[in-house]
Amino acid sequence: MLEGLLDPKRWTLTFANMGPFWEGFGATLKVVAAGLALALLLGTLLGVFSTARSRVLRGVSRVYVEFYQNTPLPVQVLFMYMAGPQFLQAMTGSAQPVRIAPFALGALGVGLYHAAYVAEVIRTGIEAVPRGQMEAAQSQGFSRLQAYVYIILPQTFKIILPPLCNQALNLVKNTSVLALVAGGDLMYRSDNFVSLYGYLQGYIVCCLMYFAICFPIAMLGQWLERRSKARPRAKVIPGVTDGCEGDPAAGAVCGRGV
Amino acid sequence: MGILNATNLVYIMGGFVKTIEISALSIICSIVVGTALALVRSYGPKPLRLLVAAYIELFRCTPNLLWILFIYFTVQGIDLFISTLAFTLFTSAVMAEIVRAGLNAVPTGQFEAARSQGFGFFTAMRHIILPQTFRIIMPALFGQCTTVIKDSSYLSGINVAEFMYTTNVVMAHAVSLDQVLLLYGFVFALYFALNFGISLLVRRYQRKIASA
Repeated sequence: MLEGLLDPKRWTLTFANMGPFWEGFGATLKVVAAGLALALLLGTLLGVFSTARSRVLRGVSRVYVEFYQNTPLPVQVLFMYMAGPQFLQAMTGSAQPVRIAPFALGALGVGLYHAAYVAEVIRTGIEAVPRGQMEAAQSQGFSRLQAYVYIILPQTFKIILPPLCNQALNLVKNTSVLALVAGGDLMYRSDNFVSLYGYLQGYIVCCLMYFAICFPIAMLGQWLERRSKARPRAKVIPGVTDGCEGDPAAGAVCGRGV
Repeated sequence: MGILNATNLVYIMGGFVKTIEISALSIICSIVVGTALALVRSYGPKPLRLLVAAYIELFRCTPNLLWILFIYFTVQGIDLFISTLAFTLFTSAVMAEIVRAGLNAVPTGQFEAARSQGFGFFTAMRHIILPQTFRIIMPALFGQCTTVIKDSSYLSGINVAEFMYTTNVVMAHAVSLDQVLLLYGFVFALYFALNFGISLLVRRYQRKIASA
C-alpha cells in the first residue's frame, strides 16, 4: 500500500523529474485564469438576466443554470471532446474534424460550468439589497449611477465576494477534469508519472501543488466572510468625524445617523 | 440508429444503478464521519481540533480526482469499496464544514438549557442539538448529494463501471455523429432528471420550512 513512501531513492527520482509537474502546474494555472474570466463574465451576464424584467432573458438564464448545475462536468467536457470536433467540421466545412486544443476544452468546460454557479451568486447578491436602498438614495439626491456606485454595489459586493471565492476554489479543483481527456494539466502529468514509475510520490507532489493554489484562495474566502459579517462602521474622515467616535449622541452633530 | 438497443440499454442502466449505489453509500458514510469531525472540531480537545481542521483544509483544497486516483493506487478491493472510500474521505471534509455551520446556527442557550436539565454532552447532542442542526442544514446537505452524484462520474477515470463509464463503452461503438448525440442526450437527460428531482425536493422542503 504505502510502502516506499519515505524511501529517499524514490524522492530523489521524483525531484529529478519535476519538469512535467511544473509544466502541468503552468497549464492548470492558464486554464484557471481563462476559465475564471469566462465564468465571471458569463455568470454576471446571466445573473443580471435572471433579475431582468424580460421573461425571455429570465428564461434563458434559468434554463442555462439548471442544465449546467444538474449535469456532471466530466460528461460536459467529454461531450465537447467527442462531438465538438465534428460540429466544428460541419460549421467550418473543412475536410477533417477540427481538433480542439486541451486548453480551450478545459477553459470552456470549467468556464461554462461555473458560470451557472456565478450567475446564482450574482442573482442572490442583487436580490439581497432591498429596493428601498435605491429609493432612499435617490430621495437624498443621488443620481441612479451614483446610487449604484456608492450605495448598491458596495452592499452587493460584500454579499457576493465570499461565495465567489468559493467558486474560484472549486473551479481550480475542477480543472483536474482535463486529466480524463489527456489534457496535459497537473493532474494528468502526475498520474502519468505515477503510472510510469509506480511511485506514490507523484500524487503527493500533485497534492502539494494544488494545495499551494487553493489554500490562499480558501484563506481569502474566509477573510472576506469574516469581514462581511462584521458590523459596518462609518469611515473616519479627519477633521469631520474627529471626537465623535464612540459617542452615539454626538453622531447627529457630526452629520452621521445614530 | 440501433445504438440504444436492449443489450446496450441494460448495460448502460447497470452503470446508472451503480452510480446511485456509490453515491448513496458515500453520502451516508460521509454524513456520519463529517458529523463526527464537526463535533470534534467544535467541542474536542485543542490538539484534535487542529488535526481535524488540517484534515478539512487539506481535502477542501485538493481535487476529488486526485483522491480517487490515490485510493485506487494504494488500496485493493472491489470497486464499490474503493469508490465509497475515496468519496467518503473527500466528502466528509465538506460535510464537516456544513454540519459545523449548522451547529453554530443553533443558539448556545439550547445547549446550556439541555445541560442544566441534566442532559449529558452526548444525550444533549443526540436529542437537542443535532436534530435542530440537521433541520437547518438540510438544503446544503442535499446540495452536496447532487455534487456527489455529479462527481461520481470522475470514477470512470479508474474504470469503475458507473454511468459515464458504461456510456463511454457503448459510445466507442458509435459510428455516426447522430448516435453520439443520441447517447449524450440520454446521459444528460438521466443525470439531469436525478439531480433536478433532488433540487425540487429541497425547494419544496424550504417552502415548507418558510411557511411553517
